[in-house]
Amino acid sequence: MRAPAPKFADNDGVIETARSALGNRLFDAVERVGEVQLHVTRDGLVDTMVALRDTPGLEYQQLMEIAGVDYPERDERFEVVYCLLSLTRNHRLHVHVRTDEERPVPSVTGIWPVAGWLEREVYDMYGVLFDGNPDLRRILTDYGFRGHPQRKDFPLTGYVELRYSEEAKRVVYEPVELAQDFRTFDFMSPWEGAKYVLPGDEKAGGAEPEAKGAPSPVTAEEQKKADDAKVEPKATEPKTTERPEQTGAGKDDPGNQPKDKPKDPDVVPTKQGGQDE
Amino acid sequence: MAEIAEEMVQQQSPDPTTGDVEIQNYTINFGPQHPAAHGVLRLVMELDGEIVERVDPHIGLLHRGTEKLIEYKTYAQALPYMDRLDYCSPLCMEHSFVLAVEKLLDLEVPLRAQYLRVFFAELTRISNHMLNLGSHVMDVGAMTPNLWMFEIREDCMNFFERASGARMHSNYFRVGGVHQDVPLKLLTDIGDWLDTRLPKLFGDAISLVAENRIFKQRNVDIAVVSRDDAIKWGFSGPMIRAAGIPWDIRKSQPYDVYDRMDFEIPVGTNGDCYDRFMVRVEEVYQSARIMKQCLAEMPEGPIMTMDRKVGPPKRGEMKHSMEALIHHFKLYTEGYHVPEGEVYVATEAPKGEFGIYMVSDGSNKPYRCKIRPTAFSHLQAMDFMSKGHMLADTTAILGAMDIVFGECDR
Repeated sequence: MRAPAPKFADNDGVIETARSALGNRLFDAVERVGEVQLHVTRDGLVDTMVALRDTPGLEYQQLMEIAGVDYPERDERFEVVYCLLSLTRNHRLHVHVRTDEERPVPSVTGIWPVAGWLEREVYDMYGVLFDGNPDLRRILTDYGFRGHPQRKDFPLTGYVELRYSEEAKRVVYEPVELAQDFRTFDFMSPWEGAKYVLPGDEKAGGAEPEAKGAPSPVTAEEQKKADDAKVEPKATEPKTTERPEQTGAGKDDPGNQPKDKPKDPDVVPTKQGGQDE
Repeated sequence: MAEIAEEMVQQQSPDPTTGDVEIQNYTINFGPQHPAAHGVLRLVMELDGEIVERVDPHIGLLHRGTEKLIEYKTYAQALPYMDRLDYCSPLCMEHSFVLAVEKLLDLEVPLRAQYLRVFFAELTRISNHMLNLGSHVMDVGAMTPNLWMFEIREDCMNFFERASGARMHSNYFRVGGVHQDVPLKLLTDIGDWLDTRLPKLFGDAISLVAENRIFKQRNVDIAVVSRDDAIKWGFSGPMIRAAGIPWDIRKSQPYDVYDRMDFEIPVGTNGDCYDRFMVRVEEVYQSARIMKQCLAEMPEGPIMTMDRKVGPPKRGEMKHSMEALIHHFKLYTEGYHVPEGEVYVATEAPKGEFGIYMVSDGSNKPYRCKIRPTAFSHLQAMDFMSKGHMLADTTAILGAMDIVFGECDR
């Protein structure tokens, strides 16, 4: 690893130890970018975590983080990632569990009480249910919020906006109104392997679907014909800028001319006569 | 006469006894606009008289959807959001983010840049602890040390401004290095400051409270956390060290040039609020020690990676080289593409372990950027830490936790 990222203990042997400790609850284990990922089954997650905490050679005493990730194209769209830390072995790894909107993940609050809020956050952001969490309320979003904002199909701008209403003397919620359309730029170039056809690209003969967005209904040939047919409207008067007023600019600067000055330089005249009144 | 009095006492003895009023538990709101709540925290407290029975922290009042926003930004555009998480230690927030992206890119970082990042991360730690220690002593009743420590914080802010142009939201670290080199005069000024002003002001301020009887009465044996509890509740940083566990990511999992630094980890013996306070006090001196080593060892050289596909060219170069101009344009519109992968990178922020779990799908934007805030696990422990303590102790407990809501709520 050339990057100056935190260097923890070697990954050697971790996967083998985990495989023997977890048995068939572990269905995939990979080492990528210097980090070990264990993909485990949802059933028996609590036993898995206890094994990871208590087996000699694993000893992951601390649960540092539970992260949800949404992959909408998968059957079980959500991945719940538990980031574990071993204080004694000085090692980190993550445990991945898959689920969907309905099937709950067993809660690990019995092993690590810190999981209480972490699971609440994943529930709040993704709607993943945790079976056994005694207090599965929303945590970060507003009281009475609807929807799960970190899902990929939840719009960045959300659905409601709130303001203080002077008439109602309270905060009111209204549907979001955008002053301008939300702008996203697509930086994936079709020359570098983007899997779609640019809108209006009539030369592409592949079977790839056309990109989302407004497709151009006019082909290049039609465009040309339309251009030929177009007749430029002639101006009735030629446009000139011979005189200053034709430039569209304001009046000439009068330059340095004598102006009315206050009689007494120390007294600034006001409407009501100011102090002299 | 005495017999009559005895008789009267016997008559009155069945409960409720005289002078006692039967009281019920009641629930109060602490915050969200309370100066001792250190931001927008709402604590729903159940009190038995003045004894705290249960605390339910309601957070999220400062939730701004940082993680969602980052998914729609390129990596370079996402970096300034980090400053706005823990706005008391912005550079340490950036540190985790750039290290995570560098790990995914497997990018080498020039040595001088690594030294500068460590140097400014430690300056951030000093600045953060000045705010926390100051507000902690103010929460338990002392005014003067806070004002003196704000002097130091102001100095730190001025140094940040001279390095990056901004006092708070520096946006100074970059993937592959730092934004620009620092002038030599700034380094010498900080060196002088570390030798003269910091120890004098800080020593004076701490001497007012460290051995102070009232301060000790308010903090010693308040919210004692055992080692086991600290581990189970996911504590990190000064909170876990005060509980007696010598765990510091800078030492055990060194990043940048921390492995070259010679410093010590202060550890508490009792696990109470006073220990947390004193651990932070000692950390300030250790940070100053690290900064002096950085000044002594920092080599000359580039401060940004030489990889043109990540590090943008300098303005002067763009005036002469077409290639540089093209790279500049591409890097500031499209940005760089980060290879697919998932990493969890945690650094030792002043408040504890601050982690970034980043999922990249190979595009120029993060697929997922989960921020692991330090405050989440600490604030969650508020319930068991304040149980059985007085209402007035909650401010001391909260002050010793060092919570900033920009980071807690994201």
